[in-house]
Amino acid sequence: MTQLGHYDSIIIGAGHNGLVCAAYLARAGQRVLLLEASDSVGGLASSREFHPGFKAPVAHSVNHFSKSIAVELGLKAHGLVIDVGSVPCVGLSPEGKHVFLNGAELRGVSDDEREAYARYSRQLQRFARALEPFWLKTIPRIGPNKLGDMLTFGHMGLNLRRLGKADLREFLRVFSLPMRDLMDENFDSDILKSLLSWDGLIGSKMAPRSPNNAVLTLLYRMVGTTMSGGVGALVSALEAAATAAGAEIRTDARVQRIRVSGSASGLRATGVELGNGEVFEADWVVSSADPQTTFLSLIGVENLEIDFTNRIKRLRCKGYVAKLHLALNSSPTFGGIEDSGGRMIIAPDLDSIEFAFDDAKYGRWSEHPVMEITLPSVHDASLAPPDQHVLSAHVMFVPYDLQGGWNEATRDALSERIIDTIERYAPGIRQTVVGRELLTPADLEHAFGVTGGHWHHTEMALDQMLMMRPTYEAAQYATPIPGLYLCGAGCHPGGDLTGAPGHNAAHEILK
Amino acid sequence: MKRYDAIIIGAGHNGLTNAAYLAKAGLDVVVVEKNDYIGGAAASREMHEGWIYSSCSYVCSMMRQAIHRDLDLSRHGLMLVPYLGTVSFADDGQVLKLYTNAEVEYLELRRHSPHDADSMHRFRADLTRYSQLIRKTLMRTPPDPVSFKPRDIKELLFLARQFWTLGEREIYEYIRFFTMSAAEFLDDYFENGLIKASMATPGIIGTALGVCSPGSAYILLHHVMGDVDGNIGAWGLARGGMGAISNAIASALQAEGGEIRTHSGVQQIMVRHGKACGVVLENGDEINAGIVVSNLDAKRTFTQIMDRKDLPPGIYDKARNFKIRGSSGKVNIALSGLPKFTNVPENRYINRGGLTFTGSMETLERAYDCWKRGRWSDVPFVESVIPSAWDPTVAPPGKHWMSNFIQYCPPKLASGPWTPEKRDAFGQTVVDRIERYSPGFRDLIVHMEVRTPDDIEKEIGLTEGNIFQGELTIDQLHFNRPFPGYAQYRMPVKNLYMCGSSTHPGGGVSATCGANAAREILMDLKRPNTVPQDDCYDE
Repeated sequence: MTQLGHYDSIIIGAGHNGLVCAAYLARAGQRVLLLEASDSVGGLASSREFHPGFKAPVAHSVNHFSKSIAVELGLKAHGLVIDVGSVPCVGLSPEGKHVFLNGAELRGVSDDEREAYARYSRQLQRFARALEPFWLKTIPRIGPNKLGDMLTFGHMGLNLRRLGKADLREFLRVFSLPMRDLMDENFDSDILKSLLSWDGLIGSKMAPRSPNNAVLTLLYRMVGTTMSGGVGALVSALEAAATAAGAEIRTDARVQRIRVSGSASGLRATGVELGNGEVFEADWVVSSADPQTTFLSLIGVENLEIDFTNRIKRLRCKGYVAKLHLALNSSPTFGGIEDSGGRMIIAPDLDSIEFAFDDAKYGRWSEHPVMEITLPSVHDASLAPPDQHVLSAHVMFVPYDLQGGWNEATRDALSERIIDTIERYAPGIRQTVVGRELLTPADLEHAFGVTGGHWHHTEMALDQMLMMRPTYEAAQYATPIPGLYLCGAGCHPGGDLTGAPGHNAAHEILK
Repeated sequence: MKRYDAIIIGAGHNGLTNAAYLAKAGLDVVVVEKNDYIGGAAASREMHEGWIYSSCSYVCSMMRQAIHRDLDLSRHGLMLVPYLGTVSFADDGQVLKLYTNAEVEYLELRRHSPHDADSMHRFRADLTRYSQLIRKTLMRTPPDPVSFKPRDIKELLFLARQFWTLGEREIYEYIRFFTMSAAEFLDDYFENGLIKASMATPGIIGTALGVCSPGSAYILLHHVMGDVDGNIGAWGLARGGMGAISNAIASALQAEGGEIRTHSGVQQIMVRHGKACGVVLENGDEINAGIVVSNLDAKRTFTQIMDRKDLPPGIYDKARNFKIRGSSGKVNIALSGLPKFTNVPENRYINRGGLTFTGSMETLERAYDCWKRGRWSDVPFVESVIPSAWDPTVAPPGKHWMSNFIQYCPPKLASGPWTPEKRDAFGQTVVDRIERYSPGFRDLIVHMEVRTPDDIEKEIGLTEGNIFQGELTIDQLHFNRPFPGYAQYRMPVKNLYMCGSSTHPGGGVSATCGANAAREILMDLKRPNTVPQDDCYDE
């Protein structure tokens, strides 16, 4: 075993949260080592070649990265333009009566519906803004707190109180509504309902009729900023920012184990051990891996209290989204769509989403998959050869543990079914497909080391949010093992490309 | 023309309770009821000669003892006895027999899973602990969380203190329990499919959620937080059927001088100068009163028997959006003898207990999927009890009456409106389900009465036939029930109150909504409070 130097912090996993955390720690003067198991940085946001000449990132759109992190890390200097405006979103209709949404602009519905949307959107925006400051704060534990902690709670209460009586009452009712009820209360158009529900549901084990968690997820996704250049540009800018600040990044360096040493004063994380036997030591070990991977495989249950282990084990970590990448030899044409640079949603009504979910509950994929499609190559020409394109589809709901198991035949059948569905909206697209890749949640687990292939590492649900994410005793980024911190999507505030968990963890470490 | 102090619309058990407490305070009250019988959904009716059916509600667990005692309901003829056990039937012929005998129950659980037998203690202890907190809120008026009135702040502090004393760990566990699905909650404890399914069924009874829907764990709690004779979580039967409860309360009401008028459906609540002042009956008669109390559900109250122009802006929409989804059916069967069930011995535990045709978690969830699609399941969840095995007053000697509650049954079918043929087909599905576990059951049937949500709505007046007068989800619980800002039993029109299960603490034959509303009314009228405190405060 070789000892290879001592660092202030070692960060496990160069996903976007690992990069953000590394950048902040390095900027504060720490000697930082970022270790990544695969051959490139970015994790689920990294762009991989899935067919010769065609690349695609698993996370396919950046529409709510934290603006203050982008500014603080100077991502502009690394080639990003932030605040490029809203990402257009289209609800595809089988009859060609699409609904177009771009920020406040809504087309394809009646005037009444447009007014209803303006009202709805104003109110939800107010709720989202009231919660926004807390996504970038450590949420203290409930209990005897320090003054600063009490201030966070006070601030939260004040922000909600400032909504005013009527809005606060409405917030306390609406936050737990199922998407379907929220939509039915406000709108009539089926396509519009699916379109607006999408961001409350995707990535989680939630259907339109599931109460309690969807609206909070939606509000979480209503803040933040958009950026030019797509996911690839964000990852390169974050990598550049971390490197420029002095962080050292090593790819192809899979961490096998977090070293824990004991003394009379208790256990402490002291470094990491790679698969090849290399050992690095550090004062702080920061894991952007999901909580189950971090605690159950990297730390090991022998180092944890049984009660804590049980809570980590019962985290709900099974993913329900599959990813299909298509290499297209020409520009696809969706009927009735002129600008295919935004997100396109195939879900003709809320029942279509609900019923797709029902299949997944029992370990099957739906014959009528619902999905979100983008063409990442429209924004990032480097992803495909000239005049050719990459289509990326997030397909809800595809179970992690398929009945009978995943194999080539079941994967092919699902891919075919998805392409058939897309073909309905983009006639002729099948002939232009020159290559494809399907990543089921099980594949995502395998390829990116994320338990269950879950986008958010663990469900975004009320009981796994705030000071309970991933579980109490590990929700303030510090963990029961001194010296070990978490900085991934499994911490507050949660998944998606926001940068917030990485930012918050760095702040805790630097306290 | 006579002017009453208060009119209560609907002689369901909450309306009667409300009236009884108002009458006790010296108010001149009248309860108007559209049917020719009282009790609403808690009624005993002779639907076939010699047989008395608890035609809708069939089991009693939420009834607050403080009210039972205070109104002296035992003297008015009410006798409640707890269930002695529950038998659950799996899809594969397995039977789980849980008797109220700890040693026998443990051995029976062990037979299915030693792991689960040990977990049951933990499960029961946790559920009881969770229910303690809610039980404290049952007979208290919810505070308005956005108000700065001293009373609301005091009540909020009370709740905060209750939470606080749980301790940090328990608070988090509580939030988790409150928001998750019954299926996920049970996964924390059990491994055996039948044990899980049989424990999960209270999580779906009466609700348009499935065992896998987040929020169903709370519904589970709602069904096990009551008590019978001090046994928390026990379910009980009323001698003479559920009507015995309504009749006892009615008798208490009449003893205080209150009046009940049946055959008196309300056409409209009269509002003059922004104040409720009486009702117009369906026959055109007007009754005037100082206050009007509606025991009807929130949707019916505001969208059916009130004029939209009498309501402040926004209320009509709130009522329209109020979630009250029909999801349950009922089949009452008169039997010529006591049915026998395969692998189930005959004993007193079974005779005074529940029979649940549960199948597995997947069977339960699939039944919900059918409801979502506007169908009933071929393998529905059926929860049955044969009260005549213990109670001689509900069937002729040697004959029996079986109550069957079915989850789920849609209020509207995808194939079009309910017809007598479809209703019969639904009833036959239920008989088939039972026959599978009780060969020869069909031949015992003397008379059968099938109720779909549609029938329940038409007869009882519950919108969509929802047994709770509104879904029990967070957006409609406590200070949100029925609407945010109107959870204190006072409605947006002056002198108008609500006292039904659409208000806190929600459905169940608890008499609590009616009592809580009476307390608020008496406060407004500056009369001494006649409503007792609950027993379980440890302030």
